[in-house]
Amino acid sequence: MDLQLFWFLLIAFLWAGYFVLEGFDFGVGMLLPFVGRNQRERGTLLETIGPVWDGNEVWLIVAAGATFAAFPAWYATMFSGFYVALLLIVVLLIVRVVSFEWREKSETPGWQAAWFGANVVASYGAPFLWGVALATLLSGVPLNSDGDFAGSFGDLFSLYSVFAGLVTVLLFAFHGATFLTLRTQGELHERAVRAARLLCVAAAAAGASFLLATVAVAVDRNDKDVFPPILPAALGIAALVLAVVFVAGRRTAWAFAMTAFGIILTVATLFTSLYPRVLVSTPGFENSLTIEGASSSHYALAVMTVAALILAPVVLLYEGWTYYVFRVRLGGEEVASPVDLVARQSGT
Amino acid sequence: MTVAASAVDLARIQFATTTLYHFLFVPLTLGLGPIVAVFQTVWHRTGNEAWLRLTKFFGTLFLINFAIGVATGLVQEFQFGMNWSVYSEFVGDVFGAPLAIEGLAAFFLESTFLGLWIFGWNRLSPRIHLATLWIAVAGTWLSAYFILVANSWMQRPVGYQLNDGRAELTSVWELLSNRFAIWALAHTILAGLTIGAVVVFGVACWNLVRGQDPAIFRRAAKVSLIVLVPVSALNLWVGSHFGIYTTEYQPMKIAATEAQWTTCQPCAFSLFQIGGFTENDQTPAFSIQIPRLLSFLATDSFSGEVEGIDAVQQQYAQRYGAGDYIPPVRTVYWAMRTMAYLGTLVFLVAALGAFLYWRGRLERTRWFLWTAVATIPLPFVAALAGWVLTEVGRQPWIVQGLLRTSEANSPSVSETMIIGSLATIAVLYAALIVLDVWLMRRYARFEPEPRAETEDLPEPVLGF
Repeated sequence: MDLQLFWFLLIAFLWAGYFVLEGFDFGVGMLLPFVGRNQRERGTLLETIGPVWDGNEVWLIVAAGATFAAFPAWYATMFSGFYVALLLIVVLLIVRVVSFEWREKSETPGWQAAWFGANVVASYGAPFLWGVALATLLSGVPLNSDGDFAGSFGDLFSLYSVFAGLVTVLLFAFHGATFLTLRTQGELHERAVRAARLLCVAAAAAGASFLLATVAVAVDRNDKDVFPPILPAALGIAALVLAVVFVAGRRTAWAFAMTAFGIILTVATLFTSLYPRVLVSTPGFENSLTIEGASSSHYALAVMTVAALILAPVVLLYEGWTYYVFRVRLGGEEVASPVDLVARQSGT
Repeated sequence: MTVAASAVDLARIQFATTTLYHFLFVPLTLGLGPIVAVFQTVWHRTGNEAWLRLTKFFGTLFLINFAIGVATGLVQEFQFGMNWSVYSEFVGDVFGAPLAIEGLAAFFLESTFLGLWIFGWNRLSPRIHLATLWIAVAGTWLSAYFILVANSWMQRPVGYQLNDGRAELTSVWELLSNRFAIWALAHTILAGLTIGAVVVFGVACWNLVRGQDPAIFRRAAKVSLIVLVPVSALNLWVGSHFGIYTTEYQPMKIAATEAQWTTCQPCAFSLFQIGGFTENDQTPAFSIQIPRLLSFLATDSFSGEVEGIDAVQQQYAQRYGAGDYIPPVRTVYWAMRTMAYLGTLVFLVAALGAFLYWRGRLERTRWFLWTAVATIPLPFVAALAGWVLTEVGRQPWIVQGLLRTSEANSPSVSETMIIGSLATIAVLYAALIVLDVWLMRRYARFEPEPRAETEDLPEPVLGF
C-alpha cells in the first residue's frame, strides 16, 4: 500500500480511537449531573474513567502530531483556518484536565462543585466543536490557490457541521451511558441503564441521519459517488440500530460494543467521503487539499511508518492491560474505591 | 494603540507566554518524578513506613503539577499550526516526525502508566506498582528527548534537503543524533533534576523549620541533597560546554549573548555592564570583566577567538542577503547571566546545605532552612532564562539559516484573532497558576499522616 494512503488511514484510525475512548469520557462528563445525584456519586462516576482518561486524550495528541508530520499542509491549513474553534477546544480541554486532577485536592466549599461543573461544560463543548471541525473538512471552507484558509470563523458553521456537532454530543452521551452500565453497579448502574434507554433512540436516529447526510455532502461537495461512502454509513446505521436493540434487551456489553462501532464507522464514513482529499475547498473546489498535495516526502513517511508499526501494537497492549486492571465495577453499597490514595492521605 | 503590534509580534508574544509557562511545569515533572520513584523504591526495599509517607507526600505535589503540564502541553502542539502555518508547512516533514513519535513513544507511556500508578496502589502487586512509576518517569524523559530533537533542528538543521520550498527529511539518524539535541537533553534533564531536588529540599526545610515530622523530612533533605549537589555542579559544566557547541553552530547567538561587537582574541567575559547593547552604543559605560574567560567559555581555550557581532552580521548579509541578523542583544545578555548566576547560587546553597547536614547542624540552622525555602523559585527562573536565551538568541531566524520568523506566521490569522486568543490564554493561565501555587503550598505543609494500607477491597466483579 502506498505510504500516503497508509498515513491517511492511520490518522482516520487515530481519530476513531480518540472518539471511541475519549467519547465515553466525554459522555460520562455529560451524564454527571443526571446519573450522579450527589457529590459522592459524581466522584464515583468520574472514577470509572479516572485511570484512563489521560491515556485516551493522547490519541488526540498523536492524531494531531501525525497530521503535522505526515500532511504538514493539511495540519497548517486546518489549524490556522479553524483558529477560533481550536482555541475554544484547547481552553475546554485544559479546564477538563485540571478538573480531573484537582477536584479532590481541597474541601473548600464550592471547590468540588466548581470542578464538576467545569468538567460537565467541557464534556459538552469540546465534542460539539470537534464534530463541527471534522465535518467542515468535508463540507468545505474557502481556500485560496496556495491552499491557505481564506474565510472567517463563521465559515465553519453550516447546517451540516452544526448538525455534526450536535450528533457528536448525542452519540457520546449515549456511548458514555453504555460505558457506565458496564463500569457501575447498584443504583448507579440502574440509572445508567435508564440513561441509555432514554438516549438510545434519539442518538441512533440522529447518528443515522448524519451518516446519510455525510454521504450526500460527499456527493455534492467532494465529487464522490454514493459508493463507497455508503458502505461504512450503512454499517454504522446497522451498529446504531443494534445498539438500541441491545439496550432494550439489557445486553450491556453488546450495547457498548455497538455504540463504539457506531462511532468508529461514523469516522470511517467521514474519511471515506473525504478521500482523496483532506480538506475540501468551497467555493473553489480546485483549491482543495489532497492527500498527494499535502503529504510529506516518501522518506519521512517511511521512517514514521516503521516507528508506528513498532510502537502502536505495544501501546495498544498496555492500554488494553490498563482496562483489564481497572475492570472492577464501582458504586453500589459502600465500597472502598480506588480513590486517589495519594490525595486522600493528605486531604483530611 | 499608537504603535500597532504586527501579527508576527503578537504570535511571538503568545508563543513565548505559553511556552515559558509550560516550562514551569515540565522540568519539575522531569525532576520530581524520579525522586518520588526513589522514595518508593527505598520503601519497597526496606519496608520502612517513612519512605512510603514521603512517596505519597511528594507524589501529590508531583501530580498537581503534572496535570497542568499535560493540559498546557496541548496548546504547545496546536499553536504551531494555529499561529505558524507557514513554518508548519515548511518544517512538517522533518519537525513533525519527532513530534508524532513523541506522542506514540512517550505520551502514551507517561499518561497510561501514571494512571496505573495513581489508581493502582491496591490493584497491582507492590513490585509492578513501583515499576509503573519508573515507566512513567521514563516516558517523561523520552518525551523531553523527542521535543528537544525537534527544537534542536531549529537551532542546527541537519539531515534534510530543501525541495520545492520545504525542508524534507533525508536522514532520521542525523536528526536523532544531532549533537545539539544531545547536549540540550543533558542540560534540560539536569535542570529538571535540579528543580525537582530544590523543591524537595525547600519543602523539607520548610517542614523542618516548623518542627513538622523531622524524622521523615530529614530523609527527604538527605536524598534531595544527594541529587542536588552533583547535579547542579555538573549542569554548570554541561551548560558552559553547550555554549561551545553553540558557538560553532550559532556564532551570532554567542556574540550577542556576550554583547561582543568586535572580534576578539583572547576575550574577556563581561560579568556586568551598563550600556553597550546597541549598534550605536557598542562600548559599555561601565563593566566588570574577567580576562580570557569568554575565550574559555566559548571555545574551550583561554586564547580562543570569538567572532564579534559585526563580523557575523557581515558574513550573514553576504550569505543570506541584506538584512539585520542581530538578535536583541540586551535580552540575551541578561538572560544568559540570569541563568548562569542563579544556577551557581543554587549550587552554593546546595553545597552549604550538604555541609550543614554532614555536620549534623542542618535542623538547627534556622536561617539556612529559610534560605532553602527562598531558593525554590530560583532554578525555575534560571530555566526560563535559558529558554529565552536559546530562542531569542536565534532571531531573526525561526529555523537557523533557513526560514525567518517574520515570514513564518499564519497569513490567514489576523491581529485581532491573536489578541483574542492571547487574552483568553493569559486569563486562563493566570487563574491556573494562582490555584496551582495555592494547592502546592497547601499540600507542602500538610502533615503526612501514616495510613493503613490494608483497605477492604470488594471482590472483583467483572464488567464483561
